[in-house]
This record gives sequence, structure tokens and C-alpha cells, in this order.
Amino acid sequence: MQTLIEINKLNLFYTAFHALKNVSLKIPEKAITAFIGPSGCGKSTLLRTLNRMNDMIPGTRIEGTIAIGGTDIYSNEVDVETLRKKVGMVFQQPNPFPKSIYDNIAYGPRLHGIRNRQQLDEIVENSLRASVLWDEVKDHLKRSAFSLSGGQQQRLCIARALAVNPDILLMDEATSALDPISTLKIEELAQELKDRYTIVMVTHNMHQAARVSNQTVFFLNGEVVEYADTEKLFSNPSDQRTEDYISGRFG
Amino acid sequence: MRSEVTQPMKASGKSPIKLDFRNEKSHLLDKIVPILLFLCAALSILTTIGIVFTLITETFQFFQKVSIMDYLFGTKWSPLIDPKSFGVLPLLSGTFMITIIACIVAIPLGLASAIYLSEYAHKRVRKIIKPILEVLAGVPTIVYGYFALSLITPLIRGIFPDTGVFNALSAGIVVGIMIIPMVCSLSEDAMSAVPRSLRDGAYALGATRFEVALKIVVPAALSGIVASAVLAFSRAIGETMIVTVAAGATPKLTADPLESIQTMTAYIVQVSMGDTPHGSIEYGTIFAVGMTLFIITFLLNILAQYVARRFREEY
Repeated sequence: MQTLIEINKLNLFYTAFHALKNVSLKIPEKAITAFIGPSGCGKSTLLRTLNRMNDMIPGTRIEGTIAIGGTDIYSNEVDVETLRKKVGMVFQQPNPFPKSIYDNIAYGPRLHGIRNRQQLDEIVENSLRASVLWDEVKDHLKRSAFSLSGGQQQRLCIARALAVNPDILLMDEATSALDPISTLKIEELAQELKDRYTIVMVTHNMHQAARVSNQTVFFLNGEVVEYADTEKLFSNPSDQRTEDYISGRFG
Repeated sequence: MRSEVTQPMKASGKSPIKLDFRNEKSHLLDKIVPILLFLCAALSILTTIGIVFTLITETFQFFQKVSIMDYLFGTKWSPLIDPKSFGVLPLLSGTFMITIIACIVAIPLGLASAIYLSEYAHKRVRKIIKPILEVLAGVPTIVYGYFALSLITPLIRGIFPDTGVFNALSAGIVVGIMIIPMVCSLSEDAMSAVPRSLRDGAYALGATRFEVALKIVVPAALSGIVASAVLAFSRAIGETMIVTVAAGATPKLTADPLESIQTMTAYIVQVSMGDTPHGSIEYGTIFAVGMTLFIITFLLNILAQYVARRFREEY
């Protein structure tokens, strides 16, 4: 598998707090990579550096490089908005806009200049199909996004992210607010999407990482403890701390 | 704990533990305080009822002497000079001209500053500016009146030399400036209440700060923003000192903002300050005008509440 994201000696500080310590990772394309670890271990922080959502938190400082497709995303020639278009994100809580289902999906494409009604219709349909929501909502696209259940809202948010045609999809504990059945649906969806997208997911549920991902990274106190194929990491971890964590001795 | 106790305790009165639950302190205060508080609340309501009652009776008496149709549809207002004429339209048009000019000034500027404060300003900047805005709302309006007369009017006359010393434009602009803080503060509250997660969702799609503000935050806060605009409108209608000082005392049905006009409020001031005898028709006019004003602002306030509730975008 080819490397898409290459993180090299990354250090991140929130003013005085050293949140990520010397992180180096190579994330392959068209696969699911899971970040696991106890709360506060830096897994979400690392995820948010990949689309530079951390830029908005005052006092954040970064050292080292993150290259996506060979370009350092923190260099001057990178336009943050274009980066975020290519690196989509789904959040912990479903956060649909207070608009109709249609307008939620069309929001991104409109933002990036697509006005043609027919083209928008197509994007909306394709995105909703891709997130396996189309059959449930196709007859009431004008209805408010809040009329959907939590799981449907989260799939809507995935569709919304897919509508701007990203290469990478970041999922920040995207199922932690959902019931088990909705969680399962999102996991199946992720499996389907990985043929077309590179998926990086943060999860505090290691069973989810074991079920869904191809590679798993275990974080502890801002450091990468172990990075391996998911199967190997869960069956034969090489670090004692990984073994302690996955066997439930802490975290 | 003794382990052999398995039966639940019964109130047999044979318990070896004695506890006294009788009243230890006087509950007199607990009984008096609610009554006192109720009286305070009742007082303000009674006052309001009294005011409305006076308005209604005096207005009723006035309309027994003057036809209500003449009042509502007459185009000439000269109750103090013969031949007397009681058409309220010139006062209404004066009031609305001031109000519309004020809203043209206040709503865009207030909204723009609210967007700045809520979406762009650094936390520290906001902490300084918001209290200042609220202080600005406490400046006595007579000060604004002189500001209009001594600064804005000369400026306008520099551009349009034919403008009168008293004119609607100057007063309207300054009423607008006066209500900017209110529009800004209320709109900013509404925008700050829009959850962070909605903004994050838009940023993650590649929206710029401006796009997030305009296409996510403003629509989501629209009910609060519209309510602030309606309240601003209502406030402008009721404004008295600025228009008394700067807009003139010439009831006139005109569309030219550079002319001297008179608003309903300024007319009431004029009559109350003058030597119009109590009980005369002339004196009755201020109650009729006051009642008109009351009904308009009352309806607007209801509209503001309705808008705030009806157009709430849920998030």
C-alpha cells in the first residue's frame, strides 16, 4: 500500500502543554487507520492537525512536518480551505446544519462555487447513496435535518463531507454518541468507503478499531507507543503498555 | 451496623433513638416575604394598568369631540392654531421617516459590529468592547440630541446647503447611532448562542470565516437578529429627546428628509411643556397621540416576541 500521509517528528503545544511528542507515522491510502488510546493521549489532537482544525485554537504551536501526497500542509503555499475540502471530517456529535437535508449536503459544493441545480441534485444523490442514507430520505429531502435520528444525522454528516469530493475522511469518535445499531451501520459504511477514500478514525472503543481498521496506532501521553497492522497489534502486541491497554488493565 | 437486624423499622414508638422534628425557628419571614414580593410585582403591574387606563379614558373623551376618521386620515395637524385641524398623518409620517432613517443606519452597522464581535474579535477585544457598547446605551439621549444639532446637522448642511437647521435626516441618523449598541448587543447574544459544532462543521468543509459567519451563524441566529431589529424599530419610534432637539416642530406630510418635521413624541413634549390648558381639546390631543404611539410600539413588541419564537432555527 502506498503512503498518503507522512507525519515526521511532529510536536504540538497548547501554550505550555506538550500535547504531541515526536510523532512520526506513515498512513497508507485507501485503508482505515485507527487511533486508539485513553482520553487525553493526543489521538484527537493529531487527527485535527491533519485538516488544520487546530489552527483555530489560540496558542497552538507546531513543530515537524505533515505531508499529504508529498506536500507539507503547514507550508505557506497551502490554502487551508482547499486542504479542508480534500480532507473531510466527521465529528463526535452529529452536527447537521439547521437546514434541510438537501441543503446540508449542497452546502459544501455551493461553498466551492457549484450553482447548477442539476449538478447539485446529482451530488446530493451520490453523496447520500455513498453514505447509505438515500433510500431512507429520498422522498423528503426538503425536510429539516433535525427530523432524522442520531444515526441518520451522522450518516448525513458523512454524506455532507463526501459531497465536496475529499480524498481523506477523518472520523473523530464518530460513533461515540450513537446507539449500537447505528454504530454498526457507520462501521459498515466505513468499510465500504475505504475502497475510495483514505479513512483515519479516532476511537475510544478498541473493539471498534479491531473490527474496522486495517492499521492501528496506540497513543499514550502524546506519544505513539505502537503502530502495526490491526490484527498484529491486537493479537501480538510488541509493547507491554499496548498489551496492558488492549487487555483492559488501564484506560 | 448489627447484622441480625433484618426487619424494616416500624414506627412502633419503641425505637430507642429519639429525634425531635418540631419547628425550631420562626416561619414568620417565610410567610411575609412572598407577600411583600408579590406587592412589589403588583405595584408595577397596577401602575401600567393605571397608565393605560388614563390613556384610554382621555383618548375616549378626545374622540367624542374630534371625529376618529378626521384624526386617522387627516393630512393637516394644527391643533394649536386656528383653524384647528387634527389629522395625525403628518406626525405619523414624521415619526416613520425618523424611524426608517434610524433603522437604515442602525441595523447594518449593528449587525456588522455584532458579526465582528462574535466571529472575528479576539476574546480579549470582545471583553473590552461589549461593556463599552452597553455604557453607550446609557448615554442620556439629550446628549445625542445636541450631538445631532451641533455636529451632524452642520455636516449635512455642508453637503446640502438648503437643509434647514432642524431636519429629519440629522435626527434620524443620530437616533440610528443611539440604537446601534442595542442591535449589536442583542444580535451578538443570538450569534454567540450558535453552537461551536455548527461552525466546526462548516470549517471542516472548507468554509472561510466570512462564509461561516454569513451562511451558518447569521441564518442560525436569525430569529434573535430579527427580534433585535424589530425592537430597534420600536425604540426609534418612541425616541423623544433627539427628535425634539434636532428634527424641528413642523408637522408636515413630506418625503424630503432635509426638511423640518415633527414626530409624535416631540409633539407631546411641545404640548406638555407649553401653557395649553388642561381639559381642552388641544390638551386631549397628546393623549390621542400617546395612545397611537402606545399601540404601535405595543404591536411591534409583540411582533418581536412572535418572530423570536416562530423563526427559531433549532440547533
